[in-house]
Amino acid sequence: MASQVCRFDPEDNYNAFLKTVGKAPYEGTGKLAGIPVAVKDNISTKGITTTCGSKILGGYVPPFDAFVVELLKKEGAAIVGKTNMDEFGMGTTTENSAFGPTLNPCDTGRVPGGSSGGSAAAIAAGMVPMALGTDTGGSIRCPSAFCGIVGLKPTYGRVSRYGLIAYANSLEQIGPMAGNVTDVSTLMGVLCACDSRDSTTYDRPYCHTPDINVRGTRIGVPEEFFGKGVDPKVASVVWDGISLLERLGAEIVTCRMPSMSSALAAYYVTCTSEASSNLARFDGVRYGPTSDTKKQWHESFQDHRRELFGKEVRRRIMLGTFALSSGYYGKYYAKAQAARQNVKADFDRLFRQVDVIAGPTMPTIAFKLGEKSDPLSMYLSDILTVPANLAGVPAISVPCGRVDDMPVGLQIMGRHFEDEKVVDVAYAFEQGVSA
Amino acid sequence: MSVLSGTPPVSSDSSIATDPSNDEVIIGLEIHCQLDTSTKLFCGCSTDYRDDGPNTHVCPICLGLPGTLPKVNKKAVEYALKVAKALNCEILEESEFARKNYFYPDLNKGYQITQYDRPLAVRGYLDIEGEDGEKRVRITRVHMEEDPGRLVHKGGTDRPKYTLVDYNRAGIPLIEIVTEPDLRSPKEARRFLNKLRATLEYLGVYDSEKEGSLRVDANISIQPRGWFEREGKGKADRGRAEVKNISSYKGVEKALTFEITRQKNAIRRGQKLESATRHFVETRGVTTASRSKEMEQDYRYFPEPDLRPLRVRSWSDKIVLPELPDARKVRFIREYGFSPTHAATVTGDWRVAEFYDNLPKDLAVSAATATWIADTLLGELNYRDMSISDVPHGHFIELITLIRKDTITDKSGVEVLRSLLDQLKEAGSCEKPSECVKRLNLAKTGGEGLEPVISEVLAEQPQAVSDYASGKSEAFNFLIGQVMKKTRGRVDPTELNRVMRETLDSRGP
Repeated sequence: MASQVCRFDPEDNYNAFLKTVGKAPYEGTGKLAGIPVAVKDNISTKGITTTCGSKILGGYVPPFDAFVVELLKKEGAAIVGKTNMDEFGMGTTTENSAFGPTLNPCDTGRVPGGSSGGSAAAIAAGMVPMALGTDTGGSIRCPSAFCGIVGLKPTYGRVSRYGLIAYANSLEQIGPMAGNVTDVSTLMGVLCACDSRDSTTYDRPYCHTPDINVRGTRIGVPEEFFGKGVDPKVASVVWDGISLLERLGAEIVTCRMPSMSSALAAYYVTCTSEASSNLARFDGVRYGPTSDTKKQWHESFQDHRRELFGKEVRRRIMLGTFALSSGYYGKYYAKAQAARQNVKADFDRLFRQVDVIAGPTMPTIAFKLGEKSDPLSMYLSDILTVPANLAGVPAISVPCGRVDDMPVGLQIMGRHFEDEKVVDVAYAFEQGVSA
Repeated sequence: MSVLSGTPPVSSDSSIATDPSNDEVIIGLEIHCQLDTSTKLFCGCSTDYRDDGPNTHVCPICLGLPGTLPKVNKKAVEYALKVAKALNCEILEESEFARKNYFYPDLNKGYQITQYDRPLAVRGYLDIEGEDGEKRVRITRVHMEEDPGRLVHKGGTDRPKYTLVDYNRAGIPLIEIVTEPDLRSPKEARRFLNKLRATLEYLGVYDSEKEGSLRVDANISIQPRGWFEREGKGKADRGRAEVKNISSYKGVEKALTFEITRQKNAIRRGQKLESATRHFVETRGVTTASRSKEMEQDYRYFPEPDLRPLRVRSWSDKIVLPELPDARKVRFIREYGFSPTHAATVTGDWRVAEFYDNLPKDLAVSAATATWIADTLLGELNYRDMSISDVPHGHFIELITLIRKDTITDKSGVEVLRSLLDQLKEAGSCEKPSECVKRLNLAKTGGEGLEPVISEVLAEQPQAVSDYASGKSEAFNFLIGQVMKKTRGRVDPTELNRVMRETLDSRGP
């Protein structure tokens, strides 16, 4: 088959990429023909190293493509590189990468957000028009908000996770990131395809062109999204954005989401529990750097993992191992699942009254590099993004003005499988702002 | 003091406990069987790796490469449902897979996908022939799981130089069947396993002859008689042992018998038995203590997030089971006129039952054929540690026909069978029964051929002849024996009797 080549300039001022492909091959005349697309480094790419930003996968070259990468290639996309990320997706800043932090193109003294910080920075810097990210607790939306781009976390089960190196299986989705809503929508159309290899997917293709009309759309605004910890300046900018949607004909309904109080705890117990199991396979026996085979196997496993996992990863593995231990399972994991049901119930209740829910994506603008040295304060910044992951609903972040010259994101969440609706509202907003 | 607690005072129990004749053995089994699907439980790799090198039946999924996801093999679920139904279990409306987390070099993902608190099926039973008549053994649960890989130690088993990992077995579908502690002797345990094996093979979901197809863990304790009925499960009065890793049917009986002797000796010596995990060493027929620390793992089970819950009850309602051992036993008695004992033997092994059902109708209805299979053939096979699947069906039909047509005697038939089985065992193939008869010169000699031999014998044994003439009947049998010896049993006994009597009587006193 005739293959063409997309030339890609590997100059990377923000450490957005872990690997670039100078001459990226592509084929055919599909929807993405010849378009350079960046792929987050936790998504398997055949023949291109895939490390998850971790030393423990240093040099690992997958023998297969993730399903979404197959889909990109089928539509003619050129895979131009793998983007930096917090190790295994564990972070909100991309500072937890074993290969150095990514810088925010809007202000290189600040973080790009995370964990898909490399993808967001690459788009914000104009290196690529679109990229794939993954979102476990906000990892697409947070960097989109911090870097001033658009990012969508699809409904859980809409995009195949086959080939995505798991962090927290029940929460995470691969999703599109781009400079504008139209490109996000186009990329979403490519990513949504039935894949029998992922049992948690549903056959719900996305064939949609963004619709600017929001007249009559009921937008719920939970008080909790403007509560304690949300920077008043950010809150004010986001309220302005919501008012713009009202002027465009949407109906604003203030509401409450009481389950928010336990959402963050439920999220961290769930994701660390799943992670402690998912990351058990990295023992140095089958792939990645080899471990010392002269030692007893359990000593060798311990040394290997202690040496090659970063600090935050080790912390989360230990937290998750503890939460699943007998005697603590009921107190933590089981309780977290109950809290998760409450979050779902809250969304179900609200979505009987409103069509979408809106609020800020992040409580603040991008942090300064090194600002979130205390893990707990970093965890707290995920409070507005984790509810959508716990409930599995679609959520998008779209740029919504600036605070201190840094971008702010407006988050719009929708009903299960109504990704089209959140895209429409985001599109109406984006077009309304530029009008 | 303990009036309100409702438990009997401990002292009255201990007086019973000191009398060994009042003790009984309590056994519960945990059986892992390989479901005989053509592909693995969560990927499309072939399960038939027998003649292939290590790590040749693997793919990214069963190697546990990062990013891969399991996909449930529908056939394996169907097979498991068949087992659950045949064991009279209740299929759960919604069951789920769970992760069992532990580290081991043969474990590709750092966890095994199994089922935990929501298994496929619960509360069933299997009826067996117990020590005191028919017995119902309750089944606690039936669930599915994947097998891990296999470690190959190189350079000596005691202190191997290095260890290799083979993932061909990783992802092979297993079914785990757990019984209530209803078995009371190693013999009952063996009978339960035989019945279970037969049932699984009748269902067509299991091949007992495949390597690694069976693994049994046995829980065993010795308790004062009636204790179990009073106290119930989980309240071990005396400690119990969990014997792990028994991998053959014979091994189960051996391991349990050893364990009973060990525990009885300890009780007799007044030693306190701690509940412990023990390991069965097949080659030595003993159980050894496992390091308890190593076995007491916290597996941190939680629901497998990569698979959706199974909702298969309505599907299981539609599954029609084939004829099972009990039904076939009844049919064999009715259809072929089997004795209950022969029927139990022949239908107790699916291969033997199939072998019999495939005989021509006229041979099958004969009581002689039933005896031939249930006693002679199975006995000779057992002696040689061979299986009925080693016996060519056509050859056997020919042999039985030769006997029925009086071409050879029953005794010669056994000789032919032995020769054929020896050939099969050594070379994997054998000559046709008719060729064997010719080679061994076993064709039955008719009445006309008898006379020269009889004359010869009579000439050689004048004493016996005169003894007969003087009315000693034992002499007749002696003379018959002499002829049999000379003809190596190929003469028809009835015919020989007639001709011998005629010859002797015609000589006169």
